[in-house]
Amino acid sequence: MVDIQTLATQIQTRFGDKLQDTITACEEITIEIAPQYLREICVALRDEAAFKFTMLIDVCGVDYSNYGVSEWVTEKATGTGFERGVSKIKNLEWKKPRFAVVYHLLSIEHNQRLRIRAFAAGEPPMIDSVTDIWPSASWYEREAFDLFGIIFNGHPDLRRILTDYGFIGHPFRKDFPLIGNVEVRYDAALGRVIYEPVSIEPRTLVPKVIRNIDKTSEKPVIPPAQETPNV
Amino acid sequence: MSEIRNYTLNFGPQHPAAHGVLRLILELDGEVIQRADPHIGLLHRATEKLAESKPYNQSIGYMDRLDYVSMMCNEHGYVLALEKLLGITPPIRAQYIRVMFDEMTRILNHLLWLGSHALDIGAMTVFLYAFREREDLMDCYEAVSGARLHATYYRPGGVHRDLPDSMPKYKPSKWHSEKEVAKLNENRQGSLLDFIWDFTERFPHRVDEYETLLTDNRIWKMRTVGIGVVTPERAIQLGFTGPMLRGSGIEWDLRKKQPYEVYDQLDFDIPVGVNGDCYDRYLVRVEEMRQSNQIIRQCVEWLRKNPGPVLLENHKVTPPSRVDMKRDMEALIHHFKLFTEGYSIPAGEAYAAIEHPKGEFGVYLISDGANKPYRLKIRAAGFPHLAALDEMTRGHMLADVVAILSSQDIVFGEIDR
Repeated sequence: MVDIQTLATQIQTRFGDKLQDTITACEEITIEIAPQYLREICVALRDEAAFKFTMLIDVCGVDYSNYGVSEWVTEKATGTGFERGVSKIKNLEWKKPRFAVVYHLLSIEHNQRLRIRAFAAGEPPMIDSVTDIWPSASWYEREAFDLFGIIFNGHPDLRRILTDYGFIGHPFRKDFPLIGNVEVRYDAALGRVIYEPVSIEPRTLVPKVIRNIDKTSEKPVIPPAQETPNV
Repeated sequence: MSEIRNYTLNFGPQHPAAHGVLRLILELDGEVIQRADPHIGLLHRATEKLAESKPYNQSIGYMDRLDYVSMMCNEHGYVLALEKLLGITPPIRAQYIRVMFDEMTRILNHLLWLGSHALDIGAMTVFLYAFREREDLMDCYEAVSGARLHATYYRPGGVHRDLPDSMPKYKPSKWHSEKEVAKLNENRQGSLLDFIWDFTERFPHRVDEYETLLTDNRIWKMRTVGIGVVTPERAIQLGFTGPMLRGSGIEWDLRKKQPYEVYDQLDFDIPVGVNGDCYDRYLVRVEEMRQSNQIIRQCVEWLRKNPGPVLLENHKVTPPSRVDMKRDMEALIHHFKLFTEGYSIPAGEAYAAIEHPKGEFGVYLISDGANKPYRLKIRAAGFPHLAALDEMTRGHMLADVVAILSSQDIVFGEIDR
């Protein structure tokens, strides 16, 4: 197993300024790349002897539009009842594009993992497909298309996969309500199942809370590692 | 002259061999498969979206319901991701308990797989045999968590509670006399560990029984040998993991290669197939049950000798004890905050993977510093396997679809999520 730092340096020297960012945290490497270099970098990572990331473990979409937005003031008391659970407070400013596609790679040869993040710009967001580089990407890309509406250029069969036949919208986007938009019931008069707008109200059971924000750097303060009194 | 067209067949979602709610559109030329198009998502519950609306701990129960035949392994993947982001390590005893229950879960999963796989191919008896042993293991689940299936037993920082000192016992009733009940309770007199030990004594003989029925059975071999062959290179390209990859002859097991918890201190072997067909995958899984049995025995021996805490005393993440709450104000506050607001996890992202009975089960977690996950992605082990069904069945006969599908060990709870 190659050391994480060594691999990170190897990747940096190989791809240089094609990388937007290289992050090593939690014993994992994340590289952020511009979407136009995605296929080029992926082919290199798969084929070159130093990397050999022959297996694509996972592809997933991420919608960053609500990143760092909390729903509850924690510094001072409020007296306005349960409604306080649904205000929107921006704690962090998200400056990158809204949608990202995250790829998890595995190198069986070197026993090493790598995460690639590529931001998909535009509406609908678009990015190149990697199905011909790793065949396992096919269904994962269909899933990201279905749930986030990300278009994968060059995918041979970009259909919805998880949602219902004839579903409208992309349910994992942050602006899609948790309760959905439509509900179904059997209509005895028409003799078939019909769709209607949902009849329930959206509720926040536990408000989202972000604590320990450093106002100057706009980054959450990471508390010092907890000592573990075990063994 | 009439046009000759392929026959299109709709398989499922209510077909007993569809392993849940799979809908397969099969294009046939005579009885030979030309194309198989799985339609999934009939069991989609948006687990990942639901988790985004809840504090971290409240989603542990959802993990059980993903792959509902290997419950604790799913929880394990999730709590490992949380622990990675929190930067905490559970006590060593909790790690052994987790490993022991992971391996029991592996046996549970493989038993159900073996039973239903045999049933699909036409062997009824194995199903009944397999459920006999599942019963004992589910009693262990019940003893430790109170639930036979959806345990919700693992917590970030350990496990919910220590192993019980006594096993629940059968009681005499109208249907069971004192004498019958005494016989049923024979191996339940001691602690849970004694019961598990007794199980591991019996279990290898039970595996022999299954093998007597299947391994050299002529019909079984005719239905599985050379069916659904995947080459090692192709298995990697298709993203196969777990027994599917090992059946194709690649020695890859996260328990050995990227050990988590205490797997690096345990002695076990990784069975590997040769031909990559349904029969090899069967052999791999059967051998895995024997190896799991070995691991469980090692864990029981260790756990008997080493009492200790099973949950961290870090009350920002784990609840304080009931007794402390009665006299300590701070413990009460901790408890209140933990069960209303939950705990916040530092901003960042982590991917934790475990060797799930079906393959690599991964949880990718993004936190923006809040008390709820910003994005949770579950990498279900069966998802890429089912995606390869089209390729694996092409050119095979209609009856082989069932054999190939069940050799993949598909459960829709985790594929549809």
